[in-house]
Amino acid sequence: MSALVDHFTPHLDADARSRLDELVHELADDPSRISVLFPAVARRVARGPSDADDADGIRHPRLEDEARVALLATLADAWRDRPEQFDRELAELYRYGDADEKRAVLRALSAIDPDQGRASLPLVDDALRTNDVRLVAAALGTYGARHLSAEAWRQGVLKCLFVGVPLAAVANLDERADAVLARMVADYCRERTAAGRSVPTDASRVLERVPWSPDDRPEQERSRS
Amino acid sequence: MRIFDPHIHMTSRTTDDYEAMYAAGVRALVEPAFWLGQPRTSIGSFCDYFDGLLGWERFRAAQFGIRHHCTIALNPKEANDPRCVEVLDILPRYLAKDGVVAVGEVGFDSMTAEEEKAFTQQLDLAGEHDLPVLVHTPHRDKAAGTRRTLELVRSSGLSPERVLVDHLNELTVEAVAESGCWMGFSIYPDTKMDEHRMVAILSEYGLDRMIVNSAADWGRSDPLKTAKTARAMLDSGFTDDDVDRVLWRNPVAFYEQSGRLLLDDIDAEPAATFEGNSVLRGQRPTGQE
Repeated sequence: MSALVDHFTPHLDADARSRLDELVHELADDPSRISVLFPAVARRVARGPSDADDADGIRHPRLEDEARVALLATLADAWRDRPEQFDRELAELYRYGDADEKRAVLRALSAIDPDQGRASLPLVDDALRTNDVRLVAAALGTYGARHLSAEAWRQGVLKCLFVGVPLAAVANLDERADAVLARMVADYCRERTAAGRSVPTDASRVLERVPWSPDDRPEQERSRS
Repeated sequence: MRIFDPHIHMTSRTTDDYEAMYAAGVRALVEPAFWLGQPRTSIGSFCDYFDGLLGWERFRAAQFGIRHHCTIALNPKEANDPRCVEVLDILPRYLAKDGVVAVGEVGFDSMTAEEEKAFTQQLDLAGEHDLPVLVHTPHRDKAAGTRRTLELVRSSGLSPERVLVDHLNELTVEAVAESGCWMGFSIYPDTKMDEHRMVAILSEYGLDRMIVNSAADWGRSDPLKTAKTARAMLDSGFTDDDVDRVLWRNPVAFYEQSGRLLLDDIDAEPAATFEGNSVLRGQRPTGQE
């Protein structure tokens, strides 16, 4: 179990690890305790950025994110024969979580098991409906990159430019970015320029790497016309 | 002068109030979960309200330099509605959160069996979650309600210094003083207590375990009644240290028992946003303009 915890918590010091171990043992004894242990993590284990230049944990998990992901990995292991129950609990933790807890659930989706299914995709959809940069960034981790439809993923990336999430936070950007996204980004930049406003420098990460033309439209738009 | 308002419903107040409170010395407060005037009819309304207390309202207070904490509970009025009672099953998730410094407001409204059941259950939850308890005493039949409250606290096994019995007056203060519980007084413009009667009670009973709040909400109330009580204390001969004790150290000592008070200085940042929405309407700060 300790190896599992260590894997997910590279930035926790020894004291924080031993405090986390207490929670892990409590959880191993009674997995249903996750509902009250998960919210208490920042208070009982550690709180703060893992990277001083990323205070809100946009690009890198904060210390409490790492500890919460380790707890969820422990829970997934305890319920490995009951994946539906794990998915259900993730949804509850997200529903009743504050923004910090929601962010940790989203990060866990990407961190724990790259092969897990689409059952938690509604949580990612919910996060992308907010304007909270912490949630939007975490929603576009590897889980979102793998499971979001092309339309939803492109809208998510555009929202990043809109609300100020650095595109460095978007997983698999280079693999998934396509001509339609580039055209959407270009339109957004023209709109900003027309209004006399600055263009996010990150836009070039898409525009300079993907060939596109003004006619590039999403698939469903093309099929309608 | 520094003031901790241990009971105020900021969800119902304006940003003008936040500014006036800060100017008067308020640096921290506790917002107890209560009813909204309009009765709730489903658990979802409670959850959205609790989310607001822990999220948007805490953020809003911070923008005015005030630390916001809350208490979470099924309030006594709505404990009588079967559509609301199921929220008791959800409470443990909220009682585990940072920023929740007590179970409350619990207690009696009309002294029904349903109210007593919810009250007792929530006293047990306070024990399980190692949280203090904020108890509302009823507006009607207050003396009997306070006596029954103290009986239930005694039989709950909670130690009395973990319990704050609120909305007291000249007729109920003595029983609570004898019980060992903390004594709370809500200072209102024209009902419950006023600041001069409060000073008289402090003169008679001393400052030990005494707590003063504005309990300001959506009704006729005044979020500056804490500061006005402080002024009345000074006018009648109490010292600055006495005022600091009643209006800061006492409420801090009570809620500090939760281990969850956050009282470090706040640098108000008017441009900060919560979930992407700023209180500066329409002028979205991106840091890139």
